[in-house]
Amino acid sequence: MNNQGAEQEVENWDIVVESKTPWFNLQLKHVWHYRDLLFLLVKRDYVASFKQTVLGPLWFFIQPLMTTFVYIFIFGRVAKISTGSTPGILFYFMNVVLWNYFASCLLSASNTFVGNANLFGKVYFPRLIIPMSSIFSNLLKFGVQFAMFILMMAYYYFAQPGSIHPTWSVLFFPFILLAMAMLGSGVGMIISSMTTKYRDLNHLVAFGVQLFMYATPVVYPLSFLKNGAGMLLMINPLTSLFELYRYMFLGEGSFNAMGLAYSFGFAAVAMAIGVIVFNRVEKSFIDTV
Amino acid sequence: MSNIALKIEDVSKMYRLGKISSGTLSHDLNRMYARLRGKEDPYLKIGEANDRATTGLSDYVWALQNISFDVNKGDSLALIGKNGAGKSTLLKLLSRVTQPTTGNIKMKGRVASLLEVGTGFHPELTGRENIYLNGAILGMRKWEITSKLDQIIAFSGVERYIDTPVKRYSSGMYVRLAFAVAAHLESEILIVDEVLAVGDAEFQRKCLGKMGEVSAGEGRTVLFVSHNMAAVKSLCQKGVLLQHGQLTFHGDVETAVSKYMLGDNEVMNVQTFEKPLSAEAVQVHGVKVVAKGKNVDDPMIEGHPLQLEINYSLEETAEYYHFTFALKDDEGKKLFTFSNNRDEVPLQAGTHTMICEFPAQFFNVGQYYVDFLVVKNRKQPIKSEEDIVSFTVSMKPVELGIWMGREPGFIKPSFSWKHLEA
Repeated sequence: MNNQGAEQEVENWDIVVESKTPWFNLQLKHVWHYRDLLFLLVKRDYVASFKQTVLGPLWFFIQPLMTTFVYIFIFGRVAKISTGSTPGILFYFMNVVLWNYFASCLLSASNTFVGNANLFGKVYFPRLIIPMSSIFSNLLKFGVQFAMFILMMAYYYFAQPGSIHPTWSVLFFPFILLAMAMLGSGVGMIISSMTTKYRDLNHLVAFGVQLFMYATPVVYPLSFLKNGAGMLLMINPLTSLFELYRYMFLGEGSFNAMGLAYSFGFAAVAMAIGVIVFNRVEKSFIDTV
Repeated sequence: MSNIALKIEDVSKMYRLGKISSGTLSHDLNRMYARLRGKEDPYLKIGEANDRATTGLSDYVWALQNISFDVNKGDSLALIGKNGAGKSTLLKLLSRVTQPTTGNIKMKGRVASLLEVGTGFHPELTGRENIYLNGAILGMRKWEITSKLDQIIAFSGVERYIDTPVKRYSSGMYVRLAFAVAAHLESEILIVDEVLAVGDAEFQRKCLGKMGEVSAGEGRTVLFVSHNMAAVKSLCQKGVLLQHGQLTFHGDVETAVSKYMLGDNEVMNVQTFEKPLSAEAVQVHGVKVVAKGKNVDDPMIEGHPLQLEINYSLEETAEYYHFTFALKDDEGKKLFTFSNNRDEVPLQAGTHTMICEFPAQFFNVGQYYVDFLVVKNRKQPIKSEEDIVSFTVSMKPVELGIWMGREPGFIKPSFSWKHLEA
């Protein structure tokens, strides 16, 4: 009896720091406990980025709009890439907004360890909170920009009937956002885990993401590419997602079930690997960062 | 019900010295290969004790080696040791910032660590916003912070600036606010590292008071790291002494502090000669300095009378031999000499112990070394022995809030004062 009591007592620790931890130990309970931190961080990102600015949240709109105008000029006027029956401004704006969402998920996740080394070196909290909070921050930003896209879409829908054909599949749009968040942060977390030791990746990621945009149907529709190149582009898991996205809102886009399954599968695998690697590294990255 | 709040089991931590980048990949591949074959990490074997002054053979050092101890609930424990002894590494392990190389740490309840106050403060946010953010980083729920917001603001004493971005704060205000948040976190274990280095005397007093309250009043466990021995003594009952990553003492704080004060210098308050030190007919068997009425191992606390004892033997009583001692500070500077040559009683035939008593309220805190001379006919030294014995006078605990440093000088007398009416 006594013995049993003692044994139970031994098991009764709230926190155990071990030198060897199982490879898959997410401690989601801890993450849940820190959920308030998650939202405070999102709020911090939002508030802090507009302090001491005159235009404030207007910057949310200025950046994609300017990019859109530049793309219209370069890809529409100079390179003469056809956007089909879709008005160019809608095509580029919606793609820029979604691409930005993906790219910022990836970039902020890949900067988790190096960018927060100072904080992580001082206090413990589930590190997963940081990439999660940047997903939410980016989602917030995307939401605001997306609202603007909806307004633009409404304008074209009524002012130029027949130029766009939204479909009921828009109801599944959240799944695209989810897949992109998983893909972006999954890959980002893998990179972040590796940058703790090999800082080379930092340099690679910044322009790598930029270049990768051209391997994704962002500034051109997939239909613009001839057969061989189009097939090659299907290797990119983002391709089907972008095509589906345009199909949902504009009724134009080429995708198939295989491609979509590949995209979602890829996203899930990237996320799983990312989280596992991230969890392994977070335990002692502070020694090498 | 066991009363242990914190259990450290055989914890070691290894660090790699030098540049991290070059050779990392090859070492990593080597490790991976060893793991695949089911062998031990090849780099773990070659680690050596952490002594930053000497150049080691290996790039790998043990910042901590085989540390084991338990802390009971409600205890306040001081972690002391010199710079680089492994204190901060241990705190990092305890606050789960990094992982031990071997061993386990088990804790009961929530842990709040104040490794550096104000972590996660965002300069653009106001004091109030930062209270929430910092509290959440430390693991508080939002409603907890809300319920304590008034207390936190009152404790910090920066009410007036609470809605101003913290980048406009003075560094003192910053620290006050940060400490206030951390101190109000309801954790069972509180880890504090050198917060007292900042802030003015009044705030230091407040912090120490709060920490005392936390450990004594609320029954929470406090781990405290500081180089301020007076603060350590007034706050903690237990002490752990680390030297070169190894635990050299775990016990009451008095002993831990005095052992720390001894440091690496060979301070020996007892000197016994197996072969007596002889000068003509005089044979000296041993010299020691002890706190009056205490054992030789007991710490010598300032204010307490000390005595120097010398054990000698002589074949016949001789008034022409005298013993002279020169007292030196830790830098070898001579402070004063004293001798028994004004004593009416000469050295006695047979074996005797002669005791010289230093009054209470005499020595200041510090390390002292004693040179020894045997003098014949009050003019001719016939035997001298440098540093025959040495001793350390350590601080007595002081009341919270009064100055905790060491006054300059080597004597700290207590004079009498009179007030005469003019």
